[in-house]
Amino acid sequence: MEHYTMNLTLKVWRQKNQNDKGRFETYKVSDISSEMSFLEMFDVLNERLIHEGADPIAFDHDCREGICGMCSMYIDGKPHGPWQQNTTCQLHMRAFKDGDTITVEPWRAKAFPVIKDLVTDRTAFDRIIQAGGFISVNTGNAVDANSLPIDKHKADEAFAAAACIGCGACVAACKNSSALLFVGAKISHLALLPQGEPERKTRVMDMITQMDKEGFGACTSTGACEATCPKGISITNIARLNKEYLMAGLTADQ
Amino acid sequence: MTWKQVFTSSIGRKVTMGLTGIFLITFLVVHVGINACIWANDGGEMFNKAAHFMGSMVVIRIIEVGLFLFIFIHIIQGLALEISNRGKRGIGYAVNYGNRGSKWYSRSMGLIGTLILLFLILHWTNFWIPSRFTGVTDSLGIPLTKTYNGTEMHDLYSLMKITFAELWVVIVYVLGCISLAFHLAHGFQSAFRSIGVHNGRYNALLTSIGYGFSIIVPLAFAMMPVSFYLGWIS
Repeated sequence: MEHYTMNLTLKVWRQKNQNDKGRFETYKVSDISSEMSFLEMFDVLNERLIHEGADPIAFDHDCREGICGMCSMYIDGKPHGPWQQNTTCQLHMRAFKDGDTITVEPWRAKAFPVIKDLVTDRTAFDRIIQAGGFISVNTGNAVDANSLPIDKHKADEAFAAAACIGCGACVAACKNSSALLFVGAKISHLALLPQGEPERKTRVMDMITQMDKEGFGACTSTGACEATCPKGISITNIARLNKEYLMAGLTADQ
Repeated sequence: MTWKQVFTSSIGRKVTMGLTGIFLITFLVVHVGINACIWANDGGEMFNKAAHFMGSMVVIRIIEVGLFLFIFIHIIQGLALEISNRGKRGIGYAVNYGNRGSKWYSRSMGLIGTLILLFLILHWTNFWIPSRFTGVTDSLGIPLTKTYNGTEMHDLYSLMKITFAELWVVIVYVLGCISLAFHLAHGFQSAFRSIGVHNGRYNALLTSIGYGFSIIVPLAFAMMPVSFYLGWIS
C-alpha cells in the first residue's frame, strides 16, 4: 500500500486518577505516517505534550507485538480499533485517512476501574486465574512430550483457547461487561487436556465464584465478545464452560 | 458448593433462564397445536373439546401449576438479570459498539421479554382468567357454553370470535407475536448454549431449528386473530 501522511483530530478520555470525574479532550496531530502503529501515534502526541509541559496521556502497552495483552483502548466504538482479530499495538494508521476524527476511550466496566486516562485496573483477571486457572504438576524434569497421548482435535481446540491474552476486550465489548469469554477460554484450555483433570471441578467453581465477586455481568450470548476478540476466541468456549460448571455443580459431593 | 450457590451464580441464573425457557418452548408447541383446531371449520367443536380436555384433565392442571411457576421464575429472573447486567458498566461509552457480531434483538431480550409480559397480561385477561375464574361470557355477560355429547363446556371458540372482532386487539396480538418471534430467534439457541451444549454440529442444528421455530410458531399464533378478524373461519 502507498505510504501517506495524515492530519487527525483525537478525542481522548483524560482522567487524573480513580476519583477524578474525567472528560474528553481534543488534540490535533499532524504528519502522521500511515506506517505508524496506533501506539506510535500516541508516542508522537505524548512527546509533544511533554515538550509543551503538559501531562502525557497514560496508556497501557508492553510487547507491542500483539501477544502480551497489555494494550487496550476502545477506539471509535470498538476495543482495539476497527481491524478484526487485531490488538491496538498492531493497529496501523493506514486504517485511517486524512482528516479523520478518532474517539479513544478506556475499557468501561465497574470491574475494570480507570487508574488514569486510558489505563484500567485489570487485576480482576489475575485474581480469577489465581482462583483456579492452574494445574498440579510434580516438580523435577519436564516429562517427555509424547508420554501422554492427546487427541489432535482436542489439542488444537485447547491451543485455540489458550491463545487468549487476557486483554479484557471481551468485557469492554459486552453489553453486560461479562468476562465469560475470558473465563471460558481459560477453563476450556485446561478442561480439554488430561493435565487439567485433577482440579477440573473445583477450578470451574472457584473461577466463577471469583468472577462474580469481581462484579462482571452474566452472559446473554450476543456474540459481541467473539467479534472483538483480538485472538479470535470462539464463543463456543462459553458453552463449554457452562457445561463444565453444570457437571461440576451437579456432581459435587457437598 | 451448595445447590443454592450453583443456581444463584451468574452461570446458574442463566441455566435457570435456559431450562425454564426450553420448558416454555415446549408449552408453545402444545398451545399452538391445540389452538390450530380453530381452523377445523367445524364451528369450533374440535377446538372447544380440546380446550375442555386440557382444562378438565387433572394431569394437565398439575402441569399448569408448574407452567405458571416456570413463567414467573423466567420473568423475575430475567428482569433481575437485566437490572444486574445493566449495572456492571458504570460510565457508558461515547461511541456505541453497535451491531458488531451481535443482533439487536439478542441485546434487547429484557425489553422484548417485557413487551411479551405486557401482551400476556392482556392475553390472560382475555382468555385464561375467564375460563378458570370469572366465567366465559359475551360482552353482555351471557354465559358462552356449548354441549357436545351431553357434556357442557366453555365456548372458547365464540369468545375468540368476539375478542378478535376488535381491530385494536388483533393488532396488539400480532405485535405480541412479533415480539415472541424475536425473543425466540435468540432465546431458542441461546437457551441450549446456557445449559452447556457446545458441540459444533448441535449448535448449528439448534440455530437452524431455532430460526424455523421462531418464524413458524409465532406466525401460526398471529394468524389466529387475523383469521377471525378477516372472517376466514366459518
